[in-house]
Formats: sequence, structure tokens, C-alpha cells
Amino acid sequence: MSKEFIKGNEAMAEAAVRGGCRFFAGYPITPQNDIPEYLSKRLFEVGGTFIQGESEIASINMVYGVAATGVRSMTSSSSPGLALKSEGISFIAGSRIPAVIINVARGGPALGTIQGAQQDYFASAKAIAPGGFRCFVVSPSTVQEAADLVYEAFEIADKYRTPVYVLTDGVIGNMMEIVELPPMRDPEEMLSSDAWRITKYNDDSSARQFSTYRPTGEMLTVDNIAMAELYEEWQEKEQRWEAFMMEDAEVVLTAYGSAGRIAKSAVKELRAQGIKAGLIRPITLFPFPNKAYENINYDKIDKIFVVEMSIPPQFVYDVELATKSQLDYININTSGGVIVETESIVDKVKESM
Amino acid sequence: MEKSLLIAGFGGQGIMLIGKMLGFAASKAGMNATFYPSYGAEQRGGTANCTVIIGDDEIGSPVSRRLDTLIAMNEPSFVRFVDRMKKGGVVIVNSSLVQSKVEDKDVKAFYIPANDLAQELGSVQVANIIVLGAYIAATGILDAEFAKQVIAEQLGRKPEMLELNMQAFDKGMAAVK
Repeated sequence: MSKEFIKGNEAMAEAAVRGGCRFFAGYPITPQNDIPEYLSKRLFEVGGTFIQGESEIASINMVYGVAATGVRSMTSSSSPGLALKSEGISFIAGSRIPAVIINVARGGPALGTIQGAQQDYFASAKAIAPGGFRCFVVSPSTVQEAADLVYEAFEIADKYRTPVYVLTDGVIGNMMEIVELPPMRDPEEMLSSDAWRITKYNDDSSARQFSTYRPTGEMLTVDNIAMAELYEEWQEKEQRWEAFMMEDAEVVLTAYGSAGRIAKSAVKELRAQGIKAGLIRPITLFPFPNKAYENINYDKIDKIFVVEMSIPPQFVYDVELATKSQLDYININTSGGVIVETESIVDKVKESM
Repeated sequence: MEKSLLIAGFGGQGIMLIGKMLGFAASKAGMNATFYPSYGAEQRGGTANCTVIIGDDEIGSPVSRRLDTLIAMNEPSFVRFVDRMKKGGVVIVNSSLVQSKVEDKDVKAFYIPANDLAQELGSVQVANIIVLGAYIAATGILDAEFAKQVIAEQLGRKPEMLELNMQAFDKGMAAVK
């Protein structure tokens, strides 16, 4: 397989095509613009459809409609654009339709900055929109992982009939790195949508339909219980993380996404200085990889360094839950599109040891 | 080994192009590399910069506070970034447009009049390829012949410019010797 030196956004776009994506609708916003730009040309080469919608809201609803017919569909945007798409995502989740949503996040709130940041943690992993639903949320640390996760996202989406949300940021999106792109997936091998997708209208009113409105609380409760069971299944089966140099770690760092790769460098630098550091890097943000934190030796470890490009911090609350509030939580943060530096992580760890 | 390079200059000087080519060449040579552009309200005539990190191991941050190498294509870029050099670092200065000198004795400076040399070859547009050649010669980070091959592949879409670019690369290499 050939390796390519390619931009994160383009790697995700190509991986989507190879993963079976045949419909994309989106609206321009920095720093995700390379995704629609790439797909505007590429999708037509594989018989797919690209639409630049008149707005974010139109785009996500096009994805809702097309995905309901069983076509693998995707949209992408950046933070404030996701705010506009949130209602549509709620409808997709409520209808139990598979789709892939990429957020190449930037600083916020509101328009914020266009530089990469991790200030959308709650808005991605916790509450994309009202109603208590969740997406299956993944967050890559490298361009390779971004491509691999987007590729797989379509399988996960089909398997669980859920929107899969790829939370990345302008750092990964705009960075070029060496990638081995996954192979073009054979449509024959993809999960069948025969059992659920909307087909043509039948006069005997046997046509399938999706509706997110339920006339009684009892009826909606049935849906809500099914969602809760789905999320429990993810918690059981789908937690993913990378444990880096954790076997003999005496100092534990934790970070996800772009901060995760920088924290990894910090761990290596600390090791080079004789400090036995280790890193827990969540890959799924929902389901959150609680199991990763169960392996910490709580008899010896009394604190954890939580590196996150968000002020105020957000990810730390999940770390605190996963570690059952047994540790001191030392936050190392930047915000607003400022990339956290390896040196400042190393310094902070050393002064707090 | 992990080396950080920051390339900075005016928008339109081909900063991003040589950054990408270097990252591409390093990855072709079996090393790891990242390329990260500054982005924002960039425009022709404004300032632009990009960071290239080349290493044997997995690369963490795609940017670096301390620099092993700086290529400064204009005066504002030189002034903004020269204080971030590591001891023993290398600065390639486009002395056609930068009047300032490196004051730090622990930093090695090469003053390359890239615009003038490019003009001699017939096009100021190849000033970026001249400093790229100078960078390869000054740091030895990649084999020069290999780098040239990769550049030729990358510039393949403009065969009429290829010969000129190869001359520019050689001229840049020769300028640091």
C-alpha cells in the first residue's frame, strides 16, 4: 500500500469515499473547507453526489433525507457551523439513521477563532442538541488515525444505526502527515440497509417512514429506553483508547485528540529526563473509555495531569468520573486556538511532582 | 532525531510550497514529517509561515517554540522569529530583503541574496527554491540528489519551469558553500 503525505482534511475526505460515502452536503467554514473542496470533485468520480447547501441547516437536513434512503452520507463543519447543524443531528439520532458528521473544531464560543481548539467537548460528547441523545464520538490524534476513524465511522454508523461524530480540530485538519489510506471498500461487504431504509411510497401505505414525533409519553419512553440500551452496549463493547508507557508509569497524563499527540511527546521527553511518565489517550469520547482508567495503580498514583486545549476545561470532568474522584486533577490548558506546547506540559508536570 | 524548521515570508513567496515539498521529500526518504501552515486572514503581500518537523520517531506537536532552523524570506519574519532559535541552530536569511543580521553567536547564519540570485536566473519566482537548496546544503537533513528528484516530481505539472527550478536549487546549494 502506498503512503501519502497528505493534509488531515483531505485524508478524512478520501477515507470517507473509500469507506462508502456517496453523498455529502456542507456549507463553507474554516478550518474544514478542504473536506467539501476535495469531495466536490472526488465524489463525482465514484458516482456519488456532492451538494454545497445554501446553509448548514439545509446541508444537515439533506444528509438526513439521503441517509434515510440507505446511502452512506456525511457532512462536515467547524464549531459554529455545528451549532446550526445540531437540530438536524438530533433528528438523525431520533430517527435512528446512520450518518457521519465531522467537526474540525476551532476556538469558541460563537465565531471565536479559526485556529484549532478543543472547546467543543461538551457540545460533541455530551449534548449536541436537546433530548438526551448521544452520538458515537471518536477523536483522532494523527492524520492516519483521522483517516482510519472516518473510514470505520460508516461501519459503526450502519451497525448501530446512529450518527457517528468525528471530533477533530484545525490542527489535525490542516496538518500534513504521512498516511496509508485504507482500501476502497467493496459495496458487497457493506452492511445492508434493506431492513430499515426508506423505499418508494406504496399505495397500500406500507411504505416505511421515519418520524421523531410521538403522540404519547409512553411511546417516546420506548424509544428512549432503546437509546439507553444502545449506549450501554457501546459502553460495554466499544470503549477505545491508547495506553502509552503506562505499565510502569509513576506519573500519569491524559489527553485526547491533537492534545493527545503533544502529551505523548511530553511523556517521551519526561522519560528522557528520567521521569516514568505514561499517557492515557481516549479515542472514543462517547463511549468514554472508563476501563482505561481502571488500570491505574491507585495505591501509588495520587494525581493525574489533564492536558486539554480548552479553558475552562471540559474533558477533565469525564476523567474525574472515570477515576471516581480518587485523584488530584492538575489541568494543563491552552484555549482559543493556541496550541499547547510540549515544553509547558513537561515544565508543569515537573513543578507539580 | 527531530528537527523543527519554520519558513516565513510574504504571502506569494512560495513559503507553503517549499514547506510541503520538504515534508513530502522527508516522508519519501522514510522519515516522519509534519507540515503545518499558519492560516487565517492571509493574503498576497501579508506574512505567511509554516512549520515543518522532520524526525525518525512519531512526531508530537506540529509546531515548536524552539527552532532548529529558520528560513526568513523577509524582514518582518526575521524580526519575529529569530529569537526562537536553539543554540547551534541555522538561519537561512534572504539577504535581498532582510537587512538585519543574526546577533546570537551560537546561531549559524547564511545570508543568501535569494531574490537577486533568482533574478539572475530569469525569474524572481524561484527565490523559494534557492533557499530550499541552501537549507538542504546547510543542514544535510536530506540527500541533495534525492531532494532534487522529489522536487522534480512535485513540480512535474510545470515541465517548462523544471529546468529553471533545478538551476535555482543548485544555485542555492552553492551559495552556502
